Amino acid sequence: MAPPRLRMTNVEKAFGATRALRGVSFEVAPGEVHTLIGENGAGKSTLMKVLSGAHQADSGTMEIDGEAYIPKGPLDARDRGIAMIYQELNLAPDLSVEENIVLGEEPCRMGVIQSKKRRAMAEKAFAQLDHSGFSLKTLVYELSIAEQQLVEIARALIRQPRVLIMDEPTSSLTQVDVDRLFQVINKLKAQGVSIIYISHFLEECQRVCDRFTVLRDGASVGTGEMASTELDDIIHLMVGREMTEIYPHLDHSIGDPVLELKSFQGRKKPESVTLSLRRGEIFGVAGLVGAGRTETLRACFGLDKISGGSIEIAGTEKAVGSPRDRLRQGVGLLSENRKEEGLLLNQSIANNLTMTRFEPFTKMGFINGAKQLEGSQAWIEKLGVRASGPKQIIGELSGGNQQKVAIGRLLHHDATILLLDEPTRGIDVGSKAHIYRLVGELAAQGKAILFVSSYLPELLGVCDTIGVMCRGVLEEVRPAEDWNEHEILSVAVGQEEEK
Amino acid sequence: MAEGSQSKMNRATLWRWISTLGPLFGLVLVTGLFALSEELRPIFFTGSNAKLILTQTVIVAIGALGMTMVIVSGGIDLSAGSVVALTSVVAASLLVKSVPPVLVFFLTVASGALVGFINGTVISALRMMPFIVTLGMMGIARGSAKWLGNNQTVNPDANPLNRIMEPVNPLEMFPLPMGVWIAIGLAIVMTIVMRKTVFGRYVFAIGSNEDTARLCGIPVQRQKVLIYTLAGMFFGIAGLMQYSRLTQGDPTVAIGLELEIIAAVVIGGASLNGGSGSILGTMIGALIMAVLKSGSSQMNWPTYMQEIIIGIVIILAVALDRLRQSRLKA
Repeated sequence: MAPPRLRMTNVEKAFGATRALRGVSFEVAPGEVHTLIGENGAGKSTLMKVLSGAHQADSGTMEIDGEAYIPKGPLDARDRGIAMIYQELNLAPDLSVEENIVLGEEPCRMGVIQSKKRRAMAEKAFAQLDHSGFSLKTLVYELSIAEQQLVEIARALIRQPRVLIMDEPTSSLTQVDVDRLFQVINKLKAQGVSIIYISHFLEECQRVCDRFTVLRDGASVGTGEMASTELDDIIHLMVGREMTEIYPHLDHSIGDPVLELKSFQGRKKPESVTLSLRRGEIFGVAGLVGAGRTETLRACFGLDKISGGSIEIAGTEKAVGSPRDRLRQGVGLLSENRKEEGLLLNQSIANNLTMTRFEPFTKMGFINGAKQLEGSQAWIEKLGVRASGPKQIIGELSGGNQQKVAIGRLLHHDATILLLDEPTRGIDVGSKAHIYRLVGELAAQGKAILFVSSYLPELLGVCDTIGVMCRGVLEEVRPAEDWNEHEILSVAVGQEEEK
Repeated sequence: MAEGSQSKMNRATLWRWISTLGPLFGLVLVTGLFALSEELRPIFFTGSNAKLILTQTVIVAIGALGMTMVIVSGGIDLSAGSVVALTSVVAASLLVKSVPPVLVFFLTVASGALVGFINGTVISALRMMPFIVTLGMMGIARGSAKWLGNNQTVNPDANPLNRIMEPVNPLEMFPLPMGVWIAIGLAIVMTIVMRKTVFGRYVFAIGSNEDTARLCGIPVQRQKVLIYTLAGMFFGIAGLMQYSRLTQGDPTVAIGLELEIIAAVVIGGASLNGGSGSILGTMIGALIMAVLKSGSSQMNWPTYMQEIIIGIVIILAVALDRLRQSRLKA
């Protein structure tokens, strides 16, 4: 029997103390479309980075067509026939399609590009896709996203890859474009190219993939034929964990609605969100990456434009509002990007804590520095921030402590509606527990909290109500006790309910 | 563990001190180097020379007060030199028309502020790069100055504004020209504005991270208009000093002054990425350049040597800044 096109055996990879991959094994046959399935953070991207040479594995072996494969770097991986198409397209928008396809591979003699040969190369790659919607001379920025993706695929084909990796290729495509992409995939498959297809949308995988491997917490936990497996079983493999962590439960009572969204719509996402957040309620929003959760919060807070539907804050319609207005209305947002957006990294803890509300320390526009430090010190103690003092530059703190300060800013502002976007992302377990307790206390004080998270156990453990988003739509809202991980995932991956 | 964080904190404090004192150390070093020369020492360390250096610093220093604010907010203003020329011509032209000097003072400053307001409004409203907008304004202001002065200098009769930069008694340090006191006074005001007011905090916040500033409800665009308007005001004051120094309005004066001003701010420890910088540092930066110029001309070094030395100093100062930032990231 011929060796598989690609075989990975017990691949492991750790970053510091985090074991991102703890033993992944799988095989892909020539001309097979194989899907890797797993929740956010299950280790898919790390695995693909190892395969495409961006990271080196700590242990384990890889083989291509029976030969040992140890890529020294991305270039080496490309030479060995591994091509990757990233979720974010990497094209030079001001160059033509043809120039993009041969970028880095230009046929030339003494530094002069041989344009005929280049055209032939590009045409050959394009012929494999059998697509004739636009000319090779078109500039890339004039193309739609779906067309740009085709250019990217053509570029990968120039090298006649043995394995083509596609990371979330459909996340920004319309249904028609998805169908067209699947035709292309089938064509490549017929030519013997093996494809590793990564997608959150299980139904798509079912349509286009031959076999699957499920990753969970950095390990491969199951593999099988796509056609003969129920989606339910796959979801079960994805979840598979026990609820071991303890979430503090604080008694809190739920009051009147304070934030109501009706068919709420942002410019691109979300497409439709209808929810009612009440006083003292912790409302969890689940969904996969790209479902439109962050965009919902950003539009609520006035960071992105609202393009449809209505938003009511404390019973009155507030269609337009800048972040400044929203803060005045008592709404606070915790950004999912602590470093890029959430904090002023080169400024002091005190400034970061009090930036939205200097008023307690000011007189006629002058800040009383001593008072500001005093007020900040009080928050540092209340939140258990480990720092040398309020003057310390926040960039010097650990992620968990930075996050406490970021939340502290909302508390100092005395926001009554808190929009928390992935509040526990990238922080240690101790700080997580701290934040769970804090969220509970805030609800007990009567604050309303919208809690976006990709980590299902924490949503189930912390929230009163959970809504699940899929492709820009808030699909279903239920009390937290009426959900389990399996059901949340089913809705999040767009699987129809069978009743 | 507690001990570890203690020593880490001490190191951080140490670095903060180094970065604050760096420019001052540079000033002492530069002055000390000139003191090594025995022939220079007797002339260099005299009250009259100190007065000369201070007087020569005034225009750059006042311009640099506005520029520090702009650079800390993450922007840049290339029109500074042209605005100084324009406002000096504005002052002279008004004086020629016998407008009372007090009114001339205010109108000149207001004309600088108007140019800054246009800069800030275009940058905010059209979301354009400050570099491009102020580069355009550099030409517009210069051209307007020449237009206003009919392509020649404007010479008003003797008037009180001529005396702002007058040395009175060139042999003694005191009395210092009024311009020096104005610069010192403005520097103190700006130090307070930058460090103690909400406005100042917002300037740092915008320069540190505009997205965060927006998230924190700071009216970023309005604040930018204010920043460029205020900066224009300072360039207007510098233009008055320029007028007083020459006692005429010269539309071709102060060419390249914006680069000298930016150099002073950068030597003073501000980062062109925004978010850091101080008025004290900037003032010392301006002084370092004035001392270098004065010292090297008294050493009879050719001007090209001065240019080379100042160039090296700028690069050294920024190298120090890079070092500091890479430490912050680690």
